[in-house]
Amino acid sequence: MSDIEQRVRKIVCEQLGANEADVKNASSFVDDLGADSLDTVELVMALEEEFDCEIPDDQAEKITTVQQAIDYVNANLK
Amino acid sequence: MSNIQILSDQVALVTGASRGIGAAIAAELGQQGATVIGTATSISGAESINASFKQAGIKGVGMALDVNDAAQVESVLKEIAAQFGDISILVNNAGITRDTLLMRMGDDDWDAVISTNLKSIFRMSQAVLRPMMKARTGRIISISSVVGHMGNAGQTNYAAAKAGMSGFTKSLAAEVGSRNITVNCVAPGFIETDMTAELPEAIKTKMLERVPLARLGNVKEIAATVAFLASPNAAYITGETIHVNGGMYMA
Repeated sequence: MSDIEQRVRKIVCEQLGANEADVKNASSFVDDLGADSLDTVELVMALEEEFDCEIPDDQAEKITTVQQAIDYVNANLK
Repeated sequence: MSNIQILSDQVALVTGASRGIGAAIAAELGQQGATVIGTATSISGAESINASFKQAGIKGVGMALDVNDAAQVESVLKEIAAQFGDISILVNNAGITRDTLLMRMGDDDWDAVISTNLKSIFRMSQAVLRPMMKARTGRIISISSVVGHMGNAGQTNYAAAKAGMSGFTKSLAAEVGSRNITVNCVAPGFIETDMTAELPEAIKTKMLERVPLARLGNVKEIAATVAFLASPNAAYITGETIHVNGGMYMA
């Protein structure tokens, strides 16, 4: 598992209060992990903090699964 | 009030705290154990807050802050976080009036009042929300006015801003309730302040005819209500406006 993948999964677990075992890369924040709209906003804010970046709203809307978050970070950072 | 330090461990930010209702709120929260940051638009105002805190044995400081200045809001909040930790109680008290009949009201009279009284609560609330959401607790209390609910000739701008607070408060309460953050308003009626002290006696008498309790309110009575809303005792109250007006307007 890459470092970025690990960090993203850790944030998802923390923010959504999910068990690590339940968090698959294909997991949808809302459908699988029970996130509400505020959770997803917080999740994006936490990603911004962790990776020291700003994720524009139109991009943030498209991040709905763990894999999409990992892909976004991989594609847009460093 | 009691000597129980019900708000110890809390960090409270009170805007417009150099005099009147704001000063009383800052003092009350401080006396109940909170660390209080009181803001004033001028440095001399901040210093006078400092002095009164020191005299009353209240933890905290006065800081200069113009709630219309987004950059300053950010820098002041950073400083507070570094010095005292995250804000757990926000009291949006700063406000101005530019009274005149609508027929004579200029754009700047309208904009200044809407910006200082209403846009500021958007800005301040947004700024404190992130740490509150993380902490899964928080109190946002805005000081509105009876005028926002009954209207008052000569105050279309002020009444619009104060009524706007109520809608803002209900909406934000719905947004952040799941994070255990409550959002409320306190709506004072005629309160004894510098502002009402200047009114001619005849006008005061006329005003009091509309108040069943037949007296002006005291700033401490507003402060006590704010302290209640800030306390754990008010944990189940959110999206609400508490009217403190001697019965002048019964919601």
